[in-house]
Amino acid sequence: MATSSTHVPSAAAASGLRGAIAELWQDKAAAVGLVIILLLILMAVFAPLIAPYDPAAQAITARLKPPVWMARGTWDHLLGTDNLGRDVLSRIIWGARATLTIGAVTCLLAATLGTLVGLWAGFAGGRTDTLLMRIVDIQVSFPGIFLILLVVAMLGPGIWTLVAVLSMTNWMVYARLIRGIVSSTRQTPYVEAAELIGCKPGRVIFRHILPNLVSPLLTLAILEFTNIVLAEAAVSFLGFGVQPPATSWGLDVASGRDYLFIAWWLVTFPGLTIVATVLSINLFANWLRVTADPEERERRFARAEAAKRRRRTRGANA
Amino acid sequence: MNSFLLQINNLEVNFDTRAGTVQALRGVSLSIAPGETLAIVGESGSGKSVTAQAIMGLIDVPGRISGGDILWEGQPLTAAKVGARHILGKEVTMVFQNPMTSLNPLMTVGAQISEVIELHLGFSRQAARKRAVELLSLVGISGPERRLNQYPHELSGGMRQRVMIAMGIACEPKLLIADEPTTALDVTIQAQILELLAELRETIGLAIILITHDLGIVAGLCDRVAVMYAGQIVETGSVYDIFESPSHPYTQGLIRSTPQLDVKDERLVSISGTPPGLLDPPSGCAFLPRCPAGDGGCDKPQSLKAFGAGAVACCKAGIDAWKEAV
Repeated sequence: MATSSTHVPSAAAASGLRGAIAELWQDKAAAVGLVIILLLILMAVFAPLIAPYDPAAQAITARLKPPVWMARGTWDHLLGTDNLGRDVLSRIIWGARATLTIGAVTCLLAATLGTLVGLWAGFAGGRTDTLLMRIVDIQVSFPGIFLILLVVAMLGPGIWTLVAVLSMTNWMVYARLIRGIVSSTRQTPYVEAAELIGCKPGRVIFRHILPNLVSPLLTLAILEFTNIVLAEAAVSFLGFGVQPPATSWGLDVASGRDYLFIAWWLVTFPGLTIVATVLSINLFANWLRVTADPEERERRFARAEAAKRRRRTRGANA
Repeated sequence: MNSFLLQINNLEVNFDTRAGTVQALRGVSLSIAPGETLAIVGESGSGKSVTAQAIMGLIDVPGRISGGDILWEGQPLTAAKVGARHILGKEVTMVFQNPMTSLNPLMTVGAQISEVIELHLGFSRQAARKRAVELLSLVGISGPERRLNQYPHELSGGMRQRVMIAMGIACEPKLLIADEPTTALDVTIQAQILELLAELRETIGLAIILITHDLGIVAGLCDRVAVMYAGQIVETGSVYDIFESPSHPYTQGLIRSTPQLDVKDERLVSISGTPPGLLDPPSGCAFLPRCPAGDGGCDKPQSLKAFGAGAVACCKAGIDAWKEAV
């Protein structure tokens, strides 16, 4: 017993990364999700090498070509061309840059800002809490699109303006969520005990309270990612976001809408790419959320074992 | 055979963990007759609560029942079965260890008791409320009409445990499983709760499975005792036999480690060491490393065999193991 109890954790610790990969592989959906996320990131990074055409290159003779498997489709344009003869595939590959950057950075900034405000308000309580949450209330009631137009008008359009503006209009939901959890976690005996044995507020907040927030934060951030991709599309469509010749998936979906009935591929392929991205992030984040929770992690393991046993007995019966 | 209310045969419960399979119950068999009070005693982690959860169908992943069966009046009782719902929660009920968290803080006490009655007995709201008042006075709560409209946070721990018991007996069950019902309470309240249980046994003929690690409670309330150790029952017998002439060295150690006011010159025994881990339990006697009477012969698997009036799982049953240890 003594040997086995000391042996098992050391073996797990020795191969931390390999162990994590093995555990991820148990959840095939999450593994596929991670692979797709990595592929999308690589695609964005190496866009100039992969994309068959310049995404902005127009060709009037090759307008609105359908994808390759359709009657009029050609191998020159795998996913067809748009109303200006631009290659849809190349635009998707290049658009990944703007979309992924804006989505990821905005999510990160908004989540960080919102979490910090929420932690502060929930932990400090009292007047600080009231003040911070009133600021949140004011910001929430302020029409987002108006703020966006105002800032863009002042700073000029561009990816980073967009990131800043979208972060500014999206952090409140995090603050509200986090503040609620923190003010209830604060009352739990283990947090009171941590304060009692002399942990400084910083340690209590980041070591004892923050880990409780991982799972709701991940869930919310993914929901928000989709929102931000769509918000970016809306702002770009209005002409205040990503500026042509640069492109983004959202912009392509928005501008392809006018051709929906004669060229469905303009909306469909960028749209599908957004779906695939969000779905992959969801699958992987779900795995990550369970892994961050020791109890859930054991439960997942036990469920996998039960499934294996069922397969074995079914195999034996057949 | 069918004279038993509840019968458990060779029950095994495993927990699949990443470190390996934890064998929480390793072949537990016990039975209880109508109106009988059975105590399950043992130290922390011996499998007492898991046994109760298995009966109530509360074993959830990562745990699973991997062997054996549970019979209710001769019929298999599985939580998944249609009809089990009518038995579990109605004929078999459970009172949990912690009265502080077992009540819904957002519902009044009355609403929570009435819910049980409306659900299982199909009473109307008014009738259920009337019955709730009766129940509260039955469990010794004064001013029951007033208490019905109070929320759990307005009641003391003892009050809340009484409310839990009132909910437990609301449908006049045949069997009440009490999982350490007095652990969270102070001794005076503890005595009142136990008295209440004893009274209910007389008035409504309730059978009780009392799970505890407090031998004092056992002696006062129970008819029969099952002693658990490392996921197995190591000794069963009438409460008189167990206290008067314990046969398993572990039972002997347990009793001799409890202070007795009437015995002067005997020193208290402490059982040194800790129970074996259930990840990789020994194939032989699990108590061997801590047993003063153990020797090489104890290495073979031990099973519960009739001994005297009860049953013991020990090849040296009956010897006075702690004679020299004192």
